[in-house]
Amino acid sequence: MSFSFGSDNRLPQQRLAVASYIIVGMIGVLLLGFWKLQVIDSDQYGQMAERNRVRSIPIIAPRGRMLDRDGRVLVDNRPSFSVLLLRDDPALVEKSLAPVADGLGLSVDDLRDQLDATKALPKFQPIVIKPEATPADVAFIESHRADLPVLEMLSVSRRRYMPGGFMGHASGYVGEVSEQQIEASNGKLRPGDVVGKAGLERQYNDILMGTDGMRRVIVNSIGKEVDHLTQQDPIPGKQIQLTIDYDLQVVAEQSLGTRPGAVVAIDPRSGEILAMVSRPTPDPNDFAVRISKEEWKQLNEDELRPLFNRAIQAQLAPGSVFKIVTATAMLEDHNPPESFATYCPGYGTFYGRQFKCWVASSKKGPTSHGTLTLHDAILKSCDVFFYTAGMKLGIDRLSYYGDKFGIGHKTGIDLPSEESGLMPSEPWVERVFHRKWYAGETISVAIGQGAVTTTPVQLARLIGGIASGGVFKQPHLRKDLQNVGEERVPLSEPTVEKITEAMYGVVNEPGGTGTALKIKDVELSGKSGTAQVIGYNTRAKFGKQKRFDDNGWFVGYAPRRNPEIVVAVLVQEGGGLHGGETAGPVARDIVKAYYDKKMKKMQGEVTADNSKPPAPSPTPAAALVPRTAVVKEEESAGHTAPVRNQR
Amino acid sequence: MRDAPGTRDYDWWLLAILAAICALGVLEIYSATHGSSLAGMHMKQLRWLAVGTILMFVLSRVDYHLIMDQWLILYLVCIAALIAVLLLGNSRFGAKRWIPLMGQMFQVSELAKLIIIIVLARFFTEVRSDKLDLRDLIKAGLLVGVPLVLILKQPDLGTALVLVPLLFVGAFLAGLQWQHMAAIVLVGAMLVGAVFYPPVSRKILKPYQRERITSFLHPEEDAKGSGYQLLQSKIAVGSGGFWGKGFGNGSQNQLGYIPVRYSDFIMAALAEEQGFKGVLVALGLYMALLLRLVQNAQRAKDRAGMFLVMGVAATLGFHILVNVAMVIGAMPVTGIPLPLMSYGGSATLFVFMAIGLVMNVRLRRFVN
Repeated sequence: MSFSFGSDNRLPQQRLAVASYIIVGMIGVLLLGFWKLQVIDSDQYGQMAERNRVRSIPIIAPRGRMLDRDGRVLVDNRPSFSVLLLRDDPALVEKSLAPVADGLGLSVDDLRDQLDATKALPKFQPIVIKPEATPADVAFIESHRADLPVLEMLSVSRRRYMPGGFMGHASGYVGEVSEQQIEASNGKLRPGDVVGKAGLERQYNDILMGTDGMRRVIVNSIGKEVDHLTQQDPIPGKQIQLTIDYDLQVVAEQSLGTRPGAVVAIDPRSGEILAMVSRPTPDPNDFAVRISKEEWKQLNEDELRPLFNRAIQAQLAPGSVFKIVTATAMLEDHNPPESFATYCPGYGTFYGRQFKCWVASSKKGPTSHGTLTLHDAILKSCDVFFYTAGMKLGIDRLSYYGDKFGIGHKTGIDLPSEESGLMPSEPWVERVFHRKWYAGETISVAIGQGAVTTTPVQLARLIGGIASGGVFKQPHLRKDLQNVGEERVPLSEPTVEKITEAMYGVVNEPGGTGTALKIKDVELSGKSGTAQVIGYNTRAKFGKQKRFDDNGWFVGYAPRRNPEIVVAVLVQEGGGLHGGETAGPVARDIVKAYYDKKMKKMQGEVTADNSKPPAPSPTPAAALVPRTAVVKEEESAGHTAPVRNQR
Repeated sequence: MRDAPGTRDYDWWLLAILAAICALGVLEIYSATHGSSLAGMHMKQLRWLAVGTILMFVLSRVDYHLIMDQWLILYLVCIAALIAVLLLGNSRFGAKRWIPLMGQMFQVSELAKLIIIIVLARFFTEVRSDKLDLRDLIKAGLLVGVPLVLILKQPDLGTALVLVPLLFVGAFLAGLQWQHMAAIVLVGAMLVGAVFYPPVSRKILKPYQRERITSFLHPEEDAKGSGYQLLQSKIAVGSGGFWGKGFGNGSQNQLGYIPVRYSDFIMAALAEEQGFKGVLVALGLYMALLLRLVQNAQRAKDRAGMFLVMGVAATLGFHILVNVAMVIGAMPVTGIPLPLMSYGGSATLFVFMAIGLVMNVRLRRFVN
């Protein structure tokens, strides 16, 4: 079929004109749209385009190393990869959470927590979601560059400590900065930063920590780097040299072994710490990468408290080591006079109550000391002598000297969280317990029991200071520490002579409590101590559980006057042995290692005497074993019982 | 009827505008793809342009009255092809729109558009009255409705939508009565409302279509989907500023932030690199093109020619409106390319053949 096209040629000109107007109007409206975007809001979109293409990737500054006194590396860094989450695009991040968590073996909830915690940070700053990427993680990220552009890898340097917790308590460890630290840092620290959390890492964080750099790169729409703009180089942290002597530290670590306790070796001439050990110890390498909540909980709840640096934090009764304080007080005050002698029948009666001497419960040998003077009383650690001397001195004088020698004060060691110990006194009980001082308490304090507590580092400083004639140097770990503190307590020359003579005798004279520790050609001196953790009555109640064992102390030094090295050793839970037996050999090993090294240095070669320190020989006579007196439970009721590690 | 009009009678102005737009397109396709794995795409586009030009001249030589006489066959072929593509067609990007022909993939709906233009022009020419009554309007609606539903089935909402203004403009010029127009506008508004109203849109739209609507309304909620596309497109346009970042310097374009920057979003690439001044030129050219088409319609020899030309104008105008509005984030992503600039074989061929029809009408304006 066909129809005639020519029959009607009237065109709707009016309506065609309307079409023209509509076209002009349409183009005009579109142009207005462009004007709005390109002229009015241009700046805003320009910034968005810039944010699109430019990505800032931090370059982590390596932390400074820690060297020992001879320049040997103790704490170092190792290279590693961290997984970053780019948060520029919140919706994309939200979408990617599940696949990211799945691919990297993380939990979505954890990721969300981290995102919430970093909300305040600028969006262009990525956050670390997995600090230590495994090879599988690296492969996952590389293969999902296109569909998971929110992931990025960051090359970082991670802390490397010596294995097995070597020097772990002194070095401390690093970890992700906490919110409190961020707040306290005045904007210096940002979430995700790695900072020192404990020990030297924390103490010297400002020195060790560098300033992170920033790399600005251009990325395409699938997150691939196509060009780089500027680079702000990281400023590496500065290294610090420690006073630690690696050789002595090794000996200290090995000699203490796995027993709970602590070792502090100090050069009392300078206050430099030559070795510091605390057991048990976690491996700080475990903290170098983010530690899981469970592991952290476990470490904190462990009964042996591995996170606790016993060398500076364990506040324990010093036991017989304190007798040096009592003896010094007696000689300085001439009360009782130097010639004072007392008879020890194995106990003494004071204020109507009987106090035992340790010798009475000695299983071998005599059960009394007989008549002795100060020198022998120190050698044999006779309790009755010091009960009597303490009673004559009174608590005021005892606490005066204890306080002078630093008990109850922090030593000022350059480590965080040091404890101060406690020197009880009359004002103290009045302030804390609102009661009068019981005279019987003085008897206990005189032999280092009762409320008096000290830390290992305090005892090392105390014994070293007295042997140095009353010069107490601030213990410290950083070699070039400025303004090392010093305290002088004027002691008369005869006093120092007599005290050091007696401590020399402890190791080198027959009848001393440390004769098994004697070293050929070395004037090893010292004082042992065995402090009860609890009274005998309480012990009876709980049975002979391990955690109520005694604390064995030995503070040794050499030479006998103006010592070069003083070693305080604490061995907890010594299994019925006394301090001279448990802690003594550790001190002996370290002093011996010190002299061996000194000889080597002087001769330029190994000396002939390379024999291993003999194992502590079986105690030949009961006389060697000092056991501190028993303070009866009811009497010590008013004391702060020296329950360990109350913090 | 004289069969050989002279070359003088071609609309050289129209061709010049056409060439200018195509040149802009090819340049921008080059800029958008030269640094990527898609390099060389502008050469392919040039080839399509060449083929299109040939088809345009061929189509302009055959009297449009003869073509319109074959409306029924053309219509049946169109329906058959749309059914065939649904049954046999190749899927790309989750939709069945393509059939292979001579080693190339062709989008059947582009051909359908051309045929519907012819069929509708023929239908409205037959309405020999100044007023379009309701029965004819419904008939026209049915003529368009069948292919529209088939195209929707592919699914290709964008192309299906193009048929609506085509019908509307035809009806308007055929004497659509004001009360009918008001009713259509009302129904249209309700439809648009329904699409944007979730409880209803859930029933009538495909999930991906609903997602596009959602991401259009709330682009920030859908960062990597079409909301992301719209946002990136707006960033590209906005960051171009008045003067543009310069040819080959648009970071949104060069780094691939603009989605399908060589095709549907080519206007965003141009706006970024050439700025508002470039947009002014491009949209000016499009306006000139459309006005030139209307002028050709006004000077057509008969109503048949007028309807043909205005069908082409309506189709192209709607393409331009929807595509450019999408690029500036004023409309959801519909997948409608920008005529003559976007890369694409079928779409380019369609436009050139449509212009061929326009030339056809023009060549015969003095002939009778």
